[in-house]
Amino acid sequence: MGNELKVPTMAELFASGQQPEVLFWVGCAGSFDDRAKKITKAFIKILNKANVSFAVLGTEESCSGDPAKRAGNEFLFQMQAVTNIEVMNAYEVKKIVTTCPHCFNTLKNEYPELGGDYQVVHHTQFINQLLEDGKISLNGGSYKGKKITYHDPCYLGRANNVYEAPRDLIKKLDAELVEMKNCRSKGLCCGAGGAQMFKEPEKGEQDINVKRTEEAIEVKPDIVAAGCPFCNTMMTDGVKAKEKESSIAVLDIAELIANAEDL
Amino acid sequence: MNYIPNIVFALVLLCGILFFSRNVKKLYRNIKLGKDVDVSDNEPLRWRNMVNIALGQSKMVVRPIAGLLHIVVYVGFIIINIEVLEIVIDGLFGTHRVFAFLGSAYNILIASFEILALLVIVSVILFWVRRNIIRLQRFVKPEMKGWPKNDGNLILYIELVLMVLFLTMNAADYQLQLLDAEGYTKAGSFPVSGYFSMLFNGASASSLILVERTAWWLHIVGILFFLNYLYYSKHLHILLAFPNTYYGKVTPQGKFKNLESVTKEVKLMMDPSADPFAAPAEDAPPPEKFGASDVQDLNWVQLLNAYSCTECGRCTSECPANLTGKKLSPRKIMMDTRDRLEEVGKNLDVNKGNFIDDGKQLLGDYISHEELWACTSCNACVEACPISIDPLSIIMDMRQYLVMEQSAAPSDLNNMMGNIENNGAPWPFNQMDRLNWAKEE
Ligand code: SF4
Ligand code: SF4
Repeated sequence: MGNELKVPTMAELFASGQQPEVLFWVGCAGSFDDRAKKITKAFIKILNKANVSFAVLGTEESCSGDPAKRAGNEFLFQMQAVTNIEVMNAYEVKKIVTTCPHCFNTLKNEYPELGGDYQVVHHTQFINQLLEDGKISLNGGSYKGKKITYHDPCYLGRANNVYEAPRDLIKKLDAELVEMKNCRSKGLCCGAGGAQMFKEPEKGEQDINVKRTEEAIEVKPDIVAAGCPFCNTMMTDGVKAKEKESSIAVLDIAELIANAEDL
Repeated sequence: MNYIPNIVFALVLLCGILFFSRNVKKLYRNIKLGKDVDVSDNEPLRWRNMVNIALGQSKMVVRPIAGLLHIVVYVGFIIINIEVLEIVIDGLFGTHRVFAFLGSAYNILIASFEILALLVIVSVILFWVRRNIIRLQRFVKPEMKGWPKNDGNLILYIELVLMVLFLTMNAADYQLQLLDAEGYTKAGSFPVSGYFSMLFNGASASSLILVERTAWWLHIVGILFFLNYLYYSKHLHILLAFPNTYYGKVTPQGKFKNLESVTKEVKLMMDPSADPFAAPAEDAPPPEKFGASDVQDLNWVQLLNAYSCTECGRCTSECPANLTGKKLSPRKIMMDTRDRLEEVGKNLDVNKGNFIDDGKQLLGDYISHEELWACTSCNACVEACPISIDPLSIIMDMRQYLVMEQSAAPSDLNNMMGNIENNGAPWPFNQMDRLNWAKEE
């Protein structure tokens, strides 16, 4: 019973006359990608543990349109945006939390002009707030002595200047945070953004994710922490390509926290 | 009294200024070929950006060595140009060191010019070494062959020569002052040229005057030449960096603009009361072209960006695509845009202001599909640029053209977009299964 996830949907709550405080925007990766689904669940565990009043859109959620827009299909992007905005406005959504920096960026920056004005936060910011409000606590003992390096997702870092929230969480885990030579505003892309995730790379000497993984390996981490499902995939593949999967784990910050608390 | 030097000087000055203003007009016309864009927002922030980034060089020092050298040359040039004012007055009115009445303040002024001149010489030499001996990666990329490479070096040579002329002029002047030569007011202090004025020991007053006059004339003619060289060079950034940082992006880097023309269409499609089969109004303007295939499709800030680019390659040296050997180089995007814009401008020049189709465009003839599709939209180039240039926005506009006007996306991306259209996700999963994860173990 204790392990059962509580995942209310907006439709359910609405039917019973309730209005959650925050909408958890799961995103396509978080909904369908096997690796990313684990991140979604880890975050749900945290939300449940902290008794957060939240809901998901479930089958009413649709792609935010980010990959379409970055691929150049403005038309498809706006169709997606307008559809999603209609749904969210009908539920009178005010605040959104998401585990995907691409959705985060699009919802936060590109939806307002199209009629969707919400307060949008990334899950690392949200978890920090939960800690601050005392809704959850961290002992962090399980990461003592572990070296964690954090890979900045472009759409969280450079795109929106969120550099500290994820790092604050890692520091609270009692782990040793080691920085790669290119970090924060100089962080190297994992190679997935701009719709690259969905196509073969152009001809070149190396794959971008392998290059980024090499930078991570240089600082000899036990864990590569990420805050984006796409970065996670890219870095996981990079670690495999470098045959380091036995010594380096790639984990989302939500997973780090959920594991630490043994949720 | 002999007025010939004054008249020659006035003519040279006039020519220099006229030619320069002709180029400025061209520059303005070419930039205005771009589409209009509203930049009236966020005024205080824009001013702050200009002061910090252009005037304060805040982004240059991200790389400390290049940043420091650059500040020396930049400050040196601005301050030493106060001297140009004196030269112009002297030249026009036949005076000599007209500011000498400032007394000790003048001494301090000249002394600081000299020290700065020396520092500029040192920096310029180090810059040259970085380009030609150390051959820093970012200066030897494919787009830096030919003119861009020569341009980079030529600027350094001109700066070096100008500084040497300035110091030579002072050295000879100083000797003449010691000789009590007629017309050579005893003024100024010469901490640098005083040293090598020893070279002139024993020289006659007449040969010293020859040296001093030659250096003086070459110096001012050189400055006028340099001013007019700007238009043809990446060195235009010394002027355009200011407007460019003012008009640079003030929204979060991740925010890409929404196309208004598309919004209108989408709203119409979603509006249940709109008649989808209604014929367009008689006087409706032709549908706007989506995205950019040539420079006229870009907005004028993007074209200003292109003219401002100083080809430093900081963007390219941080571009993940370029770092892993892909063809994409954000610097090349900017250089191509400028080259094409120049070509269009010349076309206008020879055709009396009308653009005659030359069968070429920015897309394809300058920038290839392969380059455009290699971009991860990571914003590293935007972040790296010391003068707020946004190569990514041009890449995105051209992708829009490829996808919305030509349906020319790579097939993988077409699949992805088809999936979003049909199932609301980039993969072929059913939207009705979106919550299945909650029930899976
Ligand atoms: S946004 Fe595109 S061009 Fe700019 S650095 Fe990233 S991959 Fe390169
Ligand atoms: S775009 Fe900016 S960073 Fe890139 S070469 Fe031009 S000036 Fe340098």
